[in-house]
Amino acid sequence: MSRKVPREQYEKTLSYKLKTWLEGSRDLYLDNVEMRPQSPRMEDETLRQRFLADKRRERDRVYDTKNNREVALFKKLYRIFSFLFCILLVSMLLIGVADLPPFGEADRPVNNEVSQRYIERGLQETGAVNIVTGMILDYRAFDTLGESHVLFIATCTVLILLRADSKTGKNSQEETEANDRAYEPKNDVILQTAARILVPFIVIFGIYIILCGHLGPGGGFSGGAVIGAGLILYVSAFGFAKTERFFTAGTYKWMSFGALACYCLSKTYSFYTGANHIESVIPLGTPGAILSSGLILLLNICVGVVVAGTMYTFYVMFRKGNY
Amino acid sequence: MTVFTAILFLFLIVCAVAASLSKSLLNTVLIFMTYSLVMSIIWVILESPDLAITEAAVGAGVTTVLFVLTLKKIHAIMGADKAQEEEELEYRRRRSQ
Repeated sequence: MSRKVPREQYEKTLSYKLKTWLEGSRDLYLDNVEMRPQSPRMEDETLRQRFLADKRRERDRVYDTKNNREVALFKKLYRIFSFLFCILLVSMLLIGVADLPPFGEADRPVNNEVSQRYIERGLQETGAVNIVTGMILDYRAFDTLGESHVLFIATCTVLILLRADSKTGKNSQEETEANDRAYEPKNDVILQTAARILVPFIVIFGIYIILCGHLGPGGGFSGGAVIGAGLILYVSAFGFAKTERFFTAGTYKWMSFGALACYCLSKTYSFYTGANHIESVIPLGTPGAILSSGLILLLNICVGVVVAGTMYTFYVMFRKGNY
Repeated sequence: MTVFTAILFLFLIVCAVAASLSKSLLNTVLIFMTYSLVMSIIWVILESPDLAITEAAVGAGVTTVLFVLTLKKIHAIMGADKAQEEEELEYRRRRSQ
């Protein structure tokens, strides 16, 4: 049963206000807040002189350790207390370590049924020869998903903090100094020759580490870090013009998004089928073959892509603040 | 523990102390990189090659590069001529007071 209400009454209801607020059809600040342009800040010469004089006096009198006894005493006390604090911290840590059960004993709390199960049945259940990879990408794949997202969020934060949008206008000295691109490329012969020889091997080694993560030592994170380091070497030798042909902000965005989405989708499926002993549809394959151990290879590639992109983006952001 | 491992551990401690006591920030970063490299060898000896690869790539590679870049951004790395120039300026300022 709905009742017809007059327009004025309807406009007073909470739902109408929420609707207008959501749609943004009414400006909340319109008649409530007055906006004025900010007056430009004037640099006062006398104030500046006084500030500099204060600075000078501060440097000469307050931090003059030879004549000011209080400062000298404070410095001495500061050293003594920092030394004592270090000793306290070190002794606390040492006492904590000394209280740990001795290494390698059979009845340690670490040797419980969880690690026993991982070691005894890890190969059958995950199909990975490398138990560590089987653990982090099968039993604990959810943790690894969180780790990848932490990396992605860290990159987003670095993007927010260090991003320098290109401004139109005159190029000040500071701006050109901040933008390292003005000094590119340096054409260092030693660096370029070394990079030309090393970079292909580094990148291929990284890909090998990622792809063989379930067969031997390695995995997505380490392989991705190796590829990222190779890309950083390449870009520092040949400049950004060469890398921007294949790696830009858009590439990074889609790469990370694709890898994380792929991980989420494939692992959500695995959570639904693998948990509570429901049979997984994906075959485990023969242990030791490259196409084995279910989803682990795919997940390794996803993690590797995210990590490689993150490392390279960190470098680019620190270097010049923009793609 | 073999003699080689003992030497590596000793080197690790020396590196850790030197990194915190070094006056120059660039030296600290370089010592830290050496620390990571030795640490990755120790990981191999402790039979965890997974960690060794990651430590070598992240600790010795990427982190060092990011540290050096930050030092460059905050103008903590100076060429020899520029450092000397700064020193002279400081000296002259002291003289004039």
